[in-house]
Amino acid sequence: MKPNLLIIHPHDNVAVALCAIGAGETAVAQGIEGLTAVSDIPASHKIALEDIAAGQEIVKYGEIVAVSTHAIKKGEWVHTHNLESKRWKR
Amino acid sequence: MEAMTEITGYARPNGTFGVRNHVLVLATVSCVTGVIQRIAREVPEAVCVPHAWGCGRGGPRDVQVLLRVLSGMVHHPNVGAVVLIGLGCEVSNTRTLAAMIGDAGKPLEILNVQEDGGSLATARKGAAAARRLLEQIGVQRRVPMPWNRVLAGMECGGSDAMSGVTANVAIGAVADWLVAQGATVIFGENTEMIGTAHVLARRAKNDRVAKQIEQMVDRAERLTQDLMGDMASLVISPGNMDGGMSTIAEKAMGSICKGGTTTINQVVDYGEAPTERGLILQDGPGYDGDSMTGLAVSGAQLMFFSTGRGTPAGFPGVPVIKVASNSRVCAAMPDDMDVNAGALVEGKPRETLRDEMIDLMMRVINGEPTQAERHGMDVFSFMTVHPPF
Repeated sequence: MKPNLLIIHPHDNVAVALCAIGAGETAVAQGIEGLTAVSDIPASHKIALEDIAAGQEIVKYGEIVAVSTHAIKKGEWVHTHNLESKRWKR
Repeated sequence: MEAMTEITGYARPNGTFGVRNHVLVLATVSCVTGVIQRIAREVPEAVCVPHAWGCGRGGPRDVQVLLRVLSGMVHHPNVGAVVLIGLGCEVSNTRTLAAMIGDAGKPLEILNVQEDGGSLATARKGAAAARRLLEQIGVQRRVPMPWNRVLAGMECGGSDAMSGVTANVAIGAVADWLVAQGATVIFGENTEMIGTAHVLARRAKNDRVAKQIEQMVDRAERLTQDLMGDMASLVISPGNMDGGMSTIAEKAMGSICKGGTTTINQVVDYGEAPTERGLILQDGPGYDGDSMTGLAVSGAQLMFFSTGRGTPAGFPGVPVIKVASNSRVCAAMPDDMDVNAGALVEGKPRETLRDEMIDLMMRVINGEPTQAERHGMDVFSFMTVHPPF
């Protein structure tokens, strides 16, 4: 199956959807297999690569870009509804 | 990938190398725009640069930038000879500039419209000078160029949600490769760094550079707040969020990743030439034209420019390699894009794309024109801080 996800940095706990991925569909990236989307992921949005606890750092580009506000399940959409900026409210 | 292919350039007396050998016809002031345009029609082989500045902005910072940019264009390694066209009474007049460019080590002819018979006569003399200089420097030959003489500028503009996922990541991989070869990579756009001062500072060579990074990003943030007030939060816009960016740090990471991941060795002012090698940050604005000028005047002989919505912008005398973040813009603007980083979405491995970009970069360094060069899509503008008076 052709990759529909991009993992930008090996330390990242989120990946970017290269196209819209529906809940229940399989998400594939170079180096990972068998991840199932548990919610709809819009194109160019983030999907959790592992379970992320509430208050845990969201890592993309190998850097902390946000902190989760809720527990996020592996395969779940990661966006403004379940994270916040570490320094700003946006 | 090994640097198997030899790169070549024009060795300049000051130790720099040009990847092009242009005759530059440069205006000192906006008043002579028509003269420059006439010369451009008569001598299309010359790189003719009119602009909107040269007078009417008296603040010390604007005068400093004005003189630095114009003298920097003359000094640029891709320029083999210069025809400088002045008016006579402007701030950046040819006498003031002559004192700054006397050491340029290249043939230079100076004309002033007020002293050389008016616009038509100056255009005639300027065109003749440009033809003469083209012939004179046409005998210069390329020689092998070491990688540690390459200075590449990294720019992004007309970005979309994929710019920070495909194109800038791909450009960052090329940046890391260049630094590994001993080359220098520079990028600016301080407003795009807001939210990532801590990330950039951690990558600084030493505490001094870290402090400079923090101060630069702080200033950019304060300026944004001063200018935009309550709108400052729109630095990350609802459109950005629709595209999947959740925080300002995430958006900024998507921009700064075009510089790669290596140690930041120096912060330079707008248009200032780096004295270090490796990765360099420039304290300059995000607006594409102004930013490219800052990078070029710092000595960048070539640039990578990522775009998602699509911009045709190139730079006078400097090859700009346009990297599309998605296949749609490649199809929509086929004459403007050099690389399709959107191919990552269709399954092209990242390493393959990087190696193709390195290969293209070598061909461009060795003389292959980029789309923007081929079609004359030059943009030239530079930073000002005060309104004209």
